[in-house]
Amino acid sequence: MSSSTLDRPTPPDEAALQALFDATIAAGHRIEPRDWMPEGYRKTLVRQIAQHAHSEIIGMQPEGDWLLAAPSLRRKAILLAKVQDEAGHGMYLYSAAETLGADRADLTDKLIEGKQKYSSIFNYPTLTYADVGVIGWLVDGAAICNQVPLCRSSYGPYARAMIRVCKEESFHQRQGYELLLTMMSGTPEQRAMVQDAVDRWWWPSLMMFGPPDDDSPNSAQSMAWGIKRHSNDELRQRYVDMSVPQAEALGVTFPDPELSYDAETGHYRFGAIDWEEFKQVISGHGPANAERIARRRAARDDNAWVLEAATAYAAKQEAAA
Amino acid sequence: MSMTSEGGHGAVPTGPEVPVEPKAATARRDWPLYECFVRGKRGLNHVHVGSLHAPDDEMAVHAARDLFTRRNEGVSIWVVKAADITASSPDEKDPMFAPSGDKVYRHPTFYEIPENVPHM
Amino acid sequence: MAHEETVYEALDHAHGGEGHWAFGTGFDEPLAGVDTTVPDGVDPAELGEYCLMLGDDALVLAQRLTEWITASPELEEEVAVANVALDLLGQARLLLARAGSVGVLGRSRELATGSIPDEDALAYFRDADEFRNTALVAAPNGDFAQTIVRLLVAATVRLAVFARLRESRDPVLAAIAAKGVHELAYHRDHAARWLLRLGDGTAESHRRAQDGVDAVWPLLADVFSATDLERRLTAAGVAVDPSSTREEVRSVLTEVLERATLRLPEWPAEAPPRGRLGEHGPEVAELLGALQGLARQHPAATW
Repeated sequence: MSSSTLDRPTPPDEAALQALFDATIAAGHRIEPRDWMPEGYRKTLVRQIAQHAHSEIIGMQPEGDWLLAAPSLRRKAILLAKVQDEAGHGMYLYSAAETLGADRADLTDKLIEGKQKYSSIFNYPTLTYADVGVIGWLVDGAAICNQVPLCRSSYGPYARAMIRVCKEESFHQRQGYELLLTMMSGTPEQRAMVQDAVDRWWWPSLMMFGPPDDDSPNSAQSMAWGIKRHSNDELRQRYVDMSVPQAEALGVTFPDPELSYDAETGHYRFGAIDWEEFKQVISGHGPANAERIARRRAARDDNAWVLEAATAYAAKQEAAA
Repeated sequence: MSMTSEGGHGAVPTGPEVPVEPKAATARRDWPLYECFVRGKRGLNHVHVGSLHAPDDEMAVHAARDLFTRRNEGVSIWVVKAADITASSPDEKDPMFAPSGDKVYRHPTFYEIPENVPHM
Repeated sequence: MAHEETVYEALDHAHGGEGHWAFGTGFDEPLAGVDTTVPDGVDPAELGEYCLMLGDDALVLAQRLTEWITASPELEEEVAVANVALDLLGQARLLLARAGSVGVLGRSRELATGSIPDEDALAYFRDADEFRNTALVAAPNGDFAQTIVRLLVAATVRLAVFARLRESRDPVLAAIAAKGVHELAYHRDHAARWLLRLGDGTAESHRRAQDGVDAVWPLLADVFSATDLERRLTAAGVAVDPSSTREEVRSVLTEVLERATLRLPEWPAEAPPRGRLGEHGPEVAELLGALQGLARQHPAATW
């Protein structure tokens, strides 16, 4: 018997591995990085996690546009901490993707080349400071609806990243809502700014949950794999139901004449979503798409020499050691 | 175009048209991956909290401080190049762990103790 | 907010319940709980003016560093730069609030309404000629190398001042300094670590680092020049005469540059204080335009 036979026991056959994988999922246990997994599961996760990470990083920009001009030092500190969190969230998520064999620099290249996308919501511009509040309340609120179930995702590193993200994300939503509350008790101009921002962000925030279930072909497989836990429409309904009372408490209205409470179902009914706009925005024709990517590209290209320098220094130190 | 909503901040395409396989790494970007471990407070073990990229050990430990302890979550940090970690085996469910799986007698819950026996 | 609170309670409950929040208590009132009595024999107006000098340096540098957010070389550096900027912003808030608490508000109250706290009246409603920062912190960033050189120099200077300020007879300044030295030591080390890598990295990074050093060094001309007010307050045991930090700063910078294989430029001839007296180049008005524009459009607003 050669030693190599001793070192490498014959791998179990694929059917057995698949059965073990299926049993792990069925038992509600986590899949971990070194486990065998079906190729489709791995690829689906890389896509989803990478594009989630891209959304965090690109999502720094719309609010980052107000960092220099934040109208009080307290708001500036809060916003800076929030935008910093988003960088951190992107990093947690890229790490999770890297446990699946992806490479962060390569994923960033794919983002910049337009091969991988980020959430369409970040292609809308932030026109006033009320947008900072509304992004926290509605956009982060919608993100929370999406993300809380992901804390139970079947893939361990993703679930763990999401727990960390969700804990930090609650600060984001609260700071946004608190800013809006403060503005609503301010001047008439400030109240008008808040309502205007709500009018612009409400429909895009509903689109964040993705196309209706009957137009979402990948969802069934993702739910079977425990990557996804609720359908798009289910989550959207939950979000509407929790947002309406919050709007009332704030003293703003949503721009939907069909929005009404249905006592029979216990849910709010809402109007039809303009999916044509959604397709335009996600295909890169949104108001700020080119600008977002250009800035990410500039950060990479203008500073490539910095990364090279640090790599060269590390090599010199190693050689000298 | 197929989409998922559970990409956190909203629907993104997830169909096979979205490439996921990495290209060969470029020289510019070969900052290695570091795994990071944080001791949450005295008396606790260091716990794996995630990973990051850094050009060398010194930068890695500081980047870990900046990323993983910005809400005072830690009193001590370890970092190690991911490539330097020796793992038990490629598959965590393989024979190295199988033998102990059936030694349930190592676990306290294996022993049934009457409920009226205190402090067990 | 009832609904998402439940979402979070459930989440927190499931995962140990130790919520970590970005800010501690007392965030809304920077000086809450600190004895703000002005020490005997100290003119409150002069104390306030001195707080503006230190506070404006921090505010202006925080603003410059914030310009790097979404433009940094790597995500790790985004997080690091934001941490430095947040520390400085925190120092600025404490120092401006201290100035306000002793009645030093300049002309800011001509524009800012009563609903605006002192720290914001001072940050947003003073014109450039009322700012007391040095040119060192206000200069445009330049590239990453120049940004790092400026951070190294500014943090080294400020750390030397704060280390001495811990002994100040003003309890508020002493407390701010005691907290600040830890932050500043980290900022200085972060910048020094980077400068070693840029100076001794590639030919291009070496060239850029040297260019950065050459661009920043002239800004040291008035950094160690005390104003009459600083001299008086130093004699009263409240302030630090910046000239007393000169040798320490020079020795630290000389050592870092040497290790970074960079050429030490000639030290600039000492010039009389300018920024500390409100004399600035056009870059300060430009920086303040970005900082103050929105707040000034809504002088009666609360945020």
